[in-house]
Amino acid sequence: MPLRGFRAAGPWGWLPPLLLVAVAACAARASEITFELPDNAKQCFYEEIAQGTKCTLEFQVVITGGHYDVDCRLEDPDGIVLYKEMKKQYDSFTFTASRNGTYKFCFSNEFSTFTHKTVYFDFQVGEDPPLFPSENRVTALTQMESACVSIHEALKSVIDYQTHFRLREAQGRSRAEDLNTRVAYWSIGEAIILLVVSIGQVFLLKSFFSDKRTTATRVGS
Amino acid sequence: LALYFHSGEREEKCIIEDIPSDILVMGNYKVQRWDTHKQDFLESAPGLGMFVTVTSPSADVLLSKLYGPQGTFSFTSELSGEHIICLQSNSTRFVAFAGSKLRIHLDIRVGEHFLDESVVQAKDKVNEVNIRLEHIIEQIHHVTKEQNYEREREEKFRKTSEETNSNILWWAIVQTLILISVGIWQIKSLRDFFISKKLV
Repeated sequence: MPLRGFRAAGPWGWLPPLLLVAVAACAARASEITFELPDNAKQCFYEEIAQGTKCTLEFQVVITGGHYDVDCRLEDPDGIVLYKEMKKQYDSFTFTASRNGTYKFCFSNEFSTFTHKTVYFDFQVGEDPPLFPSENRVTALTQMESACVSIHEALKSVIDYQTHFRLREAQGRSRAEDLNTRVAYWSIGEAIILLVVSIGQVFLLKSFFSDKRTTATRVGS
Repeated sequence: LALYFHSGEREEKCIIEDIPSDILVMGNYKVQRWDTHKQDFLESAPGLGMFVTVTSPSADVLLSKLYGPQGTFSFTSELSGEHIICLQSNSTRFVAFAGSKLRIHLDIRVGEHFLDESVVQAKDKVNEVNIRLEHIIEQIHHVTKEQNYEREREEKFRKTSEETNSNILWWAIVQTLILISVGIWQIKSLRDFFISKKLV
């Protein structure tokens, strides 16, 4: 059944997709998930795709304690690696399924020992079904309908841009908060070190001179 | 339900949804258990259920229920922020049971709106366009809510950056003052010390 996540675009919840089942050759689906990838971990997702379906995988590392990158790997049912990238922060990959079966894609944080990462991915399967199915009419689209179609397309791209912006903003904000805490702690630490070292220097110097004085008097006498 | 992933028997898998307030989120899942005898995932596993826990950004629990092997859950966000949806099976088997794992199918929809089924069947052209337009309006409202939330977050971001900036400035001044005052104290203290030891 061709259903689309509202978030990923397409205002058509459950509607005419029910009518369109006969028409649409491939189901259009989009799954987007934001999850936390613990350090030294690997998380795989599987999806059953029909042959000839055009699919897009897009991922982005959102929040992390260290470098903003993960390894990503996409395999087809035969185990052939279709896409493999190491230490990537953001990427988008489009492919057409060459055969039926379960495709698998994995995100790996195995190279990192102590930073866990928050990864967002959006896996889109198939194209959107046409808005106004041609089975219902004999005439061409009326002006109203073509206006609807163009608004729909524009809204899809608005939502797409919005998601990208949201992720980049979250990334920037997490970096800024990180920087803020680091600056605060480092400054306090530096001030304390400064005080301790300066006061310690004076007392150390004083202690040198007290020792020398006793040896000087002994030599004198 | 298309997308699935594997998890351990007692493992808790969580996903994060950063959403504005007053948004309806619906989740659909199906869980299957691995059978070592058949070396495949069972179609249905009686007695297998999933605990679904939804935590709001203020660490309140919005939803915490046990569902069967297949279920639908939904919640409406009250605060805007990161909501965490966690799934954990109610399996009481020991984790040491080798080769045991679960296959979880998951589908999360944010801001889904239902449509009256009877209206959908309308063959009238005007009504069909009407329905489409209503959906477009709903979607535009969703976009507006997201943009409002985005504005809040950007403000927080800007505040953090400005705080970092003033932090750096303030601590630089404090450190310079400490440096100068401690330097003066050092020289004074040493001078007094040498004078008292009759070395100067």
